[in-house]
Amino acid sequence: MPFDFKNMTVQGYRRENGRVGVRNHVIILPVDDISNAACEAVANNVKGTLALPHAYGRLQFGADLDLHFRTMIGTGANPNVAAVVVIGIEPGWTKRIADGIRETGKPVAEFSIEQKGDFETIRQASWAAKEFVHLATEYQREECSLNELWISTKCGESDTTTGLGSCPTVGNMYDKLLPEGITGFFGETSEITGAEHICQKRAINEEVGERWYKMWKAYQDDVIFAHQTDDLSDSQPTKGNIEGGLTTIEEKALGNLEKIGRTSQYIDILDAAEAPQSGNGLYFMDSSSAAAECVTLMAAGGAVIHTFPTGQGNVVGNPIVPVIKITANPRTVRTMGEHVDLDVSGILRREQTIDEAGDALIEMIRRTANGRYTAAEALGHREFSMTKLYRSA
Amino acid sequence: MAEIPHLLVHEHADNVGVVVVEGLTAGTDMLVCVTHDNSTFRLTAGADVPIGHKIALKDFKDGDTAIKYGEDIGKIIADIPKGGHVHTHNCKTKRW
Repeated sequence: MPFDFKNMTVQGYRRENGRVGVRNHVIILPVDDISNAACEAVANNVKGTLALPHAYGRLQFGADLDLHFRTMIGTGANPNVAAVVVIGIEPGWTKRIADGIRETGKPVAEFSIEQKGDFETIRQASWAAKEFVHLATEYQREECSLNELWISTKCGESDTTTGLGSCPTVGNMYDKLLPEGITGFFGETSEITGAEHICQKRAINEEVGERWYKMWKAYQDDVIFAHQTDDLSDSQPTKGNIEGGLTTIEEKALGNLEKIGRTSQYIDILDAAEAPQSGNGLYFMDSSSAAAECVTLMAAGGAVIHTFPTGQGNVVGNPIVPVIKITANPRTVRTMGEHVDLDVSGILRREQTIDEAGDALIEMIRRTANGRYTAAEALGHREFSMTKLYRSA
Repeated sequence: MAEIPHLLVHEHADNVGVVVVEGLTAGTDMLVCVTHDNSTFRLTAGADVPIGHKIALKDFKDGDTAIKYGEDIGKIIADIPKGGHVHTHNCKTKRW
């Protein structure tokens, strides 16, 4: 019997704004680096909550500050999050982030530390967090269509096996599920270098393709060429990529782009951490190629499951989004098996087709959506990494 | 495929292939599979090459272009015999 992904359902959490989540986190979100300690104290007091400490949030300005707010608000708004406690040093930016998350309709409580101190802030925020845990733990999963999921992808510690096996597996999944109505994200702007001529043509139309090319070119000019001190031969490809046999950025890019399959086309371009506004379909997010940063940005854009092909064995996870690791490298399966959710090394042995591997990934997405912990969740990988565009004021 | 291939090649236009077994040694009579249509041929490995690394499908001259996925993946910067190891010591990006 053929694998029936067309009528597949998952048990998800239907949020106030109609979006479907697959996890039910109560998060304690610091507005800025100096509020991390209070957030971690609240998370220690109240079991079932999760603090998301990070390094930034002070004296940022312009586009960099906009990105900070988008990432904070998007993370809180993600449907994998049931409720949010926001803590900042002062009330202004704290309220701005809390109000942004409130637009989803989910419960949000905000606290600021100035004129109270950590002790009183932690006391008040702990009471709010405890109420949210009681609320969230009574939320029930309900039957939702698989096509309501927003699924992102980014690969990491790639090698030549990712282009042969794990990336085409993700591509096959998108070729099957995008026509069913899922929303997808791919990105990694610098890592398309060498395959930009192909990526531009995968836009839904010429106008979108031209906007994509301008964005890619701006990254080359404003980021790479403005800051490079060498040929990036230790950074892009990374040392791990080179160990795995990837020689040039062109080779890496062509393998990377296998993640959008044979037929999928992107319908629009998103700024980093931006939520889609053009309906269901595939989006390119202008993003770093560093794993934790990219997954964090896509989660802030609203993705609820991340598919992560790896060759040499990237161990990244995310605090709010399950990251499904897929590898085709038999050595990585053998030496780093605890990090692998889906072994597609049969593709290299020609024992498994890309089509079969794509079906296996869809099945793993269904199980993960239903609650199966990914390897990264079981191992406690919760990398939450903000992207910073330039120095603060 | 009864025998497991040693080397995979994406497209017929490619002039490099990828080692997909561990512990490949020089002199191995490799089964090479072109994944585009699963056609096969044989090639002798010219060096010990780690899994994931590339092998030349032809004799390269300094200045040639390496082709993989049917696309340009960089410039060859040293002569490489057919069956030899192709990597950062003899192949470089044309970007950056």
